[in-house]
Amino acid sequence: MTTVLVDGTASGRLMVLSDPLSFWGGVETATGTIIDRSHPAVGASVAGTILFMPHGRGSSSSASVIAETIRNGSGPLGFILGEPDEMVVTGVFVANALYGTCVPVIVTGLPEDIDKPILLDARGARTAKGE
Amino acid sequence: MLDGNQGEGVSFAMGLVVKLAEVSGAPALVDISGAHIDGCLYHGEAGVDFVEHLVNGGAGVAVPTTLNVSSLDLLHPELYRGSAETAAAARRLMDFHVALGCQPTWTCAPYQLPARPGQGEQVAWGESNAIVFANSVLGARTNRYGDFADLACAITGRAPFSGLHTDAGRAATVIVELDIDESWLDHELIFPLLGHWIGTRCGNGIPAIVGLDDRVDEDDLKALGAAAASSGATAMFHAVGVTPEATSLDDATRGREIPKLMVTGSDLVAIRESLGFERSRLGAVSVGTPHMSEAEMTRLAQLVQGKETEVPFYVNTSRSVYGEIAPEVVGAIEGFGATVVTDTCTYITPIMGEVEGAVMTNSAKWAYYAPGNLGVDVAFGSLAECVASAAAGGVILDGPFRS
Repeated sequence: MTTVLVDGTASGRLMVLSDPLSFWGGVETATGTIIDRSHPAVGASVAGTILFMPHGRGSSSSASVIAETIRNGSGPLGFILGEPDEMVVTGVFVANALYGTCVPVIVTGLPEDIDKPILLDARGARTAKGE
Repeated sequence: MLDGNQGEGVSFAMGLVVKLAEVSGAPALVDISGAHIDGCLYHGEAGVDFVEHLVNGGAGVAVPTTLNVSSLDLLHPELYRGSAETAAAARRLMDFHVALGCQPTWTCAPYQLPARPGQGEQVAWGESNAIVFANSVLGARTNRYGDFADLACAITGRAPFSGLHTDAGRAATVIVELDIDESWLDHELIFPLLGHWIGTRCGNGIPAIVGLDDRVDEDDLKALGAAAASSGATAMFHAVGVTPEATSLDDATRGREIPKLMVTGSDLVAIRESLGFERSRLGAVSVGTPHMSEAEMTRLAQLVQGKETEVPFYVNTSRSVYGEIAPEVVGAIEGFGATVVTDTCTYITPIMGEVEGAVMTNSAKWAYYAPGNLGVDVAFGSLAECVASAAAGGVILDGPFRS
């Protein structure tokens, strides 16, 4: 079952993180590069990706860092989460409101064909409670 | 609030609170009596834009609200080694928060301030170590509020009524039983090591720790929680017989059957090694993450008696603790050659400069984040080991938890 947490559309390369990533302390805002040395994907960049994470993790500053990466174009274009994460939603909600971006956040299982670019269209598919 | 009749700032804040209620499946909002805001640390223009938008929208906080660490030490501005441009942006971010009515406390340990929430009190706190302390040690009730969400709750005076705000959401989900040498409980390092282990093994669950006793003090629980909230998503733990909602294991689990994990001495030794066992060269020492309490400052003053540090030695604390402690405590710490840092912390802002060699710390949180933030190697040890190492000019590890 897919749940839309934040409406939007995005098209990009899927990046699958096996481990959750704390954006704060884990991602360099200028480039989107993962700098958490203990993360399996250290050195890769989240910029321009549809990012899959099993769940969020770590510092409560992650929402700011997510918003900052979206503001300067070094962040993911969309998020797919294994379970709802309020820090991701907060960062994306604020960035979309302040900067007019349309980064979606959905909760679903991992897409099967992970090597192909995917189109994430979460427009209009609202969750039960109104906005 | 949502419809804008209290201004655009309140409406925007309420929009975010309602969105979070929707995400968390909260059936209602709950009134809060206080908030702690994590968004005053500068991460880029997005944070400034958000608060400026609220200020321009006529918003202000509706409940007593404290502020987390910032990027600057306003009491010791000469310590900041970053660019003037970043410092100016960081200062604007701080000023906007104060303009909203937040108290300029600038500490990651708001539970060490004179006024702190009591058991059962509903609050909205940011800062992962403060969140876990509020829930676990104070028995106050907060979910994990990230940047923006904490301030939105402070402005509306409401939070989504879900998770740790509710009775049911506070029950333990996993038992963590200590299988270690009893004497290790006397050693302060067990707490950050156990916390780090819990974070990596328990994810966002609520552990009920069995095996701690009344030797544990608030500073120990602070170190445990900060470590668990860094390596994992721990927002609450129970320590059976120690913390307020765990008078017994049954109390903590609310009578439910839950899985059990054992943690052994060799698990903790492995954590210590993973946090940094660098011995080659000592470049600096940093203690006080989270901010040191009065008791920790007093203990540090005793440990440094008659010694002088051979390397830069930083002590992070709050302006509140710094203002309260006895002059002879500050005198002893400064006489040792240490630099007291307030309002911020050495791993989040450029204070240390170029370091020749590893940085030693007694904080699992510092050890976890500093390699990424600052590009340094870390040696992890107790406060006494940090002092002894600084005085010797080389890493000395003499306590337990070594292979």
